[in-house]
Amino acid sequence: MSVLEIVILLPIIAALAIWLGAPARATSVGAAILNLLIVLGLLFQFKSASAGGSGMAFESARVVLDNPAITFGVGADGVSLILALLTALVTFAAVWQIAADKPAIYHIASLLIAGGGLGAFLSTDVFFIYAFHELALIPTFLMIGLYGHGEDSHRKAVAWKTTIYLGAGSLVLLAGLAWLVLEYSGGQKLTFDLNALRAQAALTPLPVEKQGLIFFVLLLGFGTLVSLFPLHSWAAPAYATAPTPVAMLHAGVLKKFGLYGLIRIALPLLPQGAQVEWVQQALLFMLLGNILIMGFVTIAQRSLDQVLGNSSVMHMGYIFLGIAAGTEIALQGAVLLMFAHGISIALLFALAGRMRNQLGTLELSKLGGLASHAPIFTLLFAFGAFASLGLPGLANFAGEVMVFLGAFGSNGSTEFGPMQWAVVVALWGVVMSAVYMLRAFRDIFQGTANAGLFMNDPVLSQRIPLILLAAALLIVGCCPWLLLDLLKSLSAAKVAAM
Amino acid sequence: MSVFSVEIFLVVFGLALLCLEAFVPTLNRRTLAGISIGGVALAFILFVFASKSATDLPAFVQPYHQLDTLAVFYKGFALVITLLVLWLTVESSAYLTKFTPGGNYSELFSLPIFVCVGMMWMASAKDLITVFVSLELVTVSFYVLVAFARKSNLALEAGVKYLILGALSTGVLVYGIAWIYGVTGALSFEGIGAALALPATSKSAALLAAAFLLSGLAFKVAAAPFQMWVPDVYQGAPIPVTAFLSVGSKAAGFVVLTRTVEAFVVKGSIIASEVQGLLIVGGALTILLGSLPAIFQTSVKRLLAYSSISHAGYLLLALGAGSARFDLNPGGVVAFYLATYLPMTVLGFLVLAVLRAHGGGEDLQDFRGLSKRSPLLALAMTLALASLAGLPLTAGFMGKLFVFTGLVDQAAWGALVCAVIGAATGFYYYFRAILVMYTSDSQKADLLKLSVGTKIGAAALAVVIVVIGVYPKPLQHLLMPATVSVVAH
Repeated sequence: MSVLEIVILLPIIAALAIWLGAPARATSVGAAILNLLIVLGLLFQFKSASAGGSGMAFESARVVLDNPAITFGVGADGVSLILALLTALVTFAAVWQIAADKPAIYHIASLLIAGGGLGAFLSTDVFFIYAFHELALIPTFLMIGLYGHGEDSHRKAVAWKTTIYLGAGSLVLLAGLAWLVLEYSGGQKLTFDLNALRAQAALTPLPVEKQGLIFFVLLLGFGTLVSLFPLHSWAAPAYATAPTPVAMLHAGVLKKFGLYGLIRIALPLLPQGAQVEWVQQALLFMLLGNILIMGFVTIAQRSLDQVLGNSSVMHMGYIFLGIAAGTEIALQGAVLLMFAHGISIALLFALAGRMRNQLGTLELSKLGGLASHAPIFTLLFAFGAFASLGLPGLANFAGEVMVFLGAFGSNGSTEFGPMQWAVVVALWGVVMSAVYMLRAFRDIFQGTANAGLFMNDPVLSQRIPLILLAAALLIVGCCPWLLLDLLKSLSAAKVAAM
Repeated sequence: MSVFSVEIFLVVFGLALLCLEAFVPTLNRRTLAGISIGGVALAFILFVFASKSATDLPAFVQPYHQLDTLAVFYKGFALVITLLVLWLTVESSAYLTKFTPGGNYSELFSLPIFVCVGMMWMASAKDLITVFVSLELVTVSFYVLVAFARKSNLALEAGVKYLILGALSTGVLVYGIAWIYGVTGALSFEGIGAALALPATSKSAALLAAAFLLSGLAFKVAAAPFQMWVPDVYQGAPIPVTAFLSVGSKAAGFVVLTRTVEAFVVKGSIIASEVQGLLIVGGALTILLGSLPAIFQTSVKRLLAYSSISHAGYLLLALGAGSARFDLNPGGVVAFYLATYLPMTVLGFLVLAVLRAHGGGEDLQDFRGLSKRSPLLALAMTLALASLAGLPLTAGFMGKLFVFTGLVDQAAWGALVCAVIGAATGFYYYFRAILVMYTSDSQKADLLKLSVGTKIGAAALAVVIVVIGVYPKPLQHLLMPATVSVVAH
């Protein structure tokens, strides 16, 4: 059994064990720590393991179906390894902070989401990439419907909306993937194996216009999962309603799946698809909707969970911008931003969950002055909030700068095209982020505390995962090359596709 | 030993069982159940050996009987589902005792065996007469089975509905057979296919014949627009019979449909594109008429009925739009789909039967808090529903993947859109049922005491669902030589 298979199966087996009666917290935390350690070990071994050109490491494959050929193949390049690290970190933080009085299903759901996410990021077969993502979605739906916040009817409505949006998105995606696979297998056997598809794409590329069409279908499918404007309306209510660990995992990890799919499947197999003029324009239009419209929407929110949910939708716009530009720098920046956003939003949702538990409200107007009695909590929140608005020195900044620079210089000339205009417009998003995040920070922590509003700092054991997340933001923010070094394969794949 | 002798054995065994019941009235039902299950299990074991060792048939049946991979598969399928249904009958004995006069339901152990023989015979039919005779053996047995719980009004209503509509559909089917004989001068599938490939054959008459035949069969498999009877009949029939109808009767219908369609769309056939178009349009319609009304159902049995309709739609699409690039031909894909459909449906009905036996009803409300009352059943039911919804890593997804890929390959975009809509609504209603099981505010909080058999059965079916979903290769290989006839002499 290869090490990546162990990474994927460990959370799933742990979930099964808890369901069979193993002690919930000990099992899930143990599995999460073990997985985090294994993934860290893989990071250190990656360079020597991936020396063999393709940029993939730790590969293994098991055939599960002959024709159409489906293999349970695993393998990691820099992108998937960074996302596996993100998953492992967020999972650890999520299961650690599940309070003792919560039912075991919290742990089971978190572990299943983690296992699904890891499976999706580490598989090298389109079928399993898709399948593992779906596996991760089920617990999300269930947990929102069962243990979500708010009124019974509201919670159910949100669960259904999420289910139907994501379900329909996945099915559009499935149709797009089937189309892609059929086109590339040309009269021969069907294969879902990514490496075989890639070889076929290099050998006989599809006509440009068809690439654009398929890319667009995949964009709609993946885009719904990532909450691309105007397919985004499920996301903010879902995160605001979901139980804290599920919100952390879904906003932090699972949402990256759609972006990962675009980078891993759509871009290498349809290298010219994203550059077709109408696709490019549609994508720019949609992502600017994410940044500008969702920016305004976020500013209008009056409750912290809504601010976080909407800001998460908004920040996807930057990553889409990096994908639309498709240059080496922009893509690397997009991956870095995926990691940074995942960590920062998970940290913020964890803290917001704590506030909701202790104070019973997240209405900005009712909060205030928390800094005076919970200084450590305030500091941790500041890490997340300032990272999220792109403060230099924290992880998001490097990613955003790379995306903007890469996108601006994407056509290799000094001419001002649609992409350059898009960058200019998108830059306003940074200002809007600052507006709502700083306002939220001021409303919650500064000024005088409202009467009867008291909250204590997390004790040391509760701080550990939060500090870990904050530290990750700081470390990657100060030394982004630690992760960027892993992304050489991204540029190699891009150059090969040109 | 030939597979054929297994069928002979089952006929004799079924008759013996009837005699046993008549001549030894003191025999209690538990013994009878044991004997019947043992007999079918023995038949299954014999079948496994026979299907491996020999494919040759006695000379006198060879003109009517063939043993290709598909036939062998469907025979095995019939034996498995019969075994499961007999077991379900034991599980729902409380309900049956209550709703049959004198609590006497012993025939329920012999009738499924006759259905099984009919299905096995039909699977290897080479001509429409054999099809008709064996189909009637199945259908007439089902008339009795559906109305079996005579003290329940719902069952009587279901029985009458099924009898009248079933008889009507039989009429339509016979009419279609007569027409096809008139047009092609043949009753064997081979002869029909050969005649249809001749340009001289009258196209309009052939189309009329095809329309009648397909309509008659559409009723049997619960495809639109002949699906109206399904919810009422499923709701009224005893649970084991509903499961049998949903899986067994559907498989029987589809094996005939597969053979018929294969004859209609042979190379050079003058009506190939029309028949394929009809299947695709009918499949798309069936999916919509199955999944959209399912949204409003509050009875799990009716929910499963509508689900059964929409699955018939996917099966029709699989038959109409297979991809030439799979190792499985359309008939193989249908068989694959049915093999995945069996465990999930039976599991769903098993959970219903267990709840029924513990005093619950068949409403969604009765599923409340099931996760607390029996985590095993809740998980098994979750897997069954997720598989019915077609979620990846469960058996149901593999079938859907074949259907979707085939549709894309055939560029049947309209049908693809309908399939996507159906699958997306499926997420809604199957998930609603899953959600209910995990909501804890239940009127009943007692733990369900399950028998060891129930536990093992539920766990085994759940494992099968996951295994096929993760590792479908063995099943594919079982069906693969379907593309080339294995009857090598």
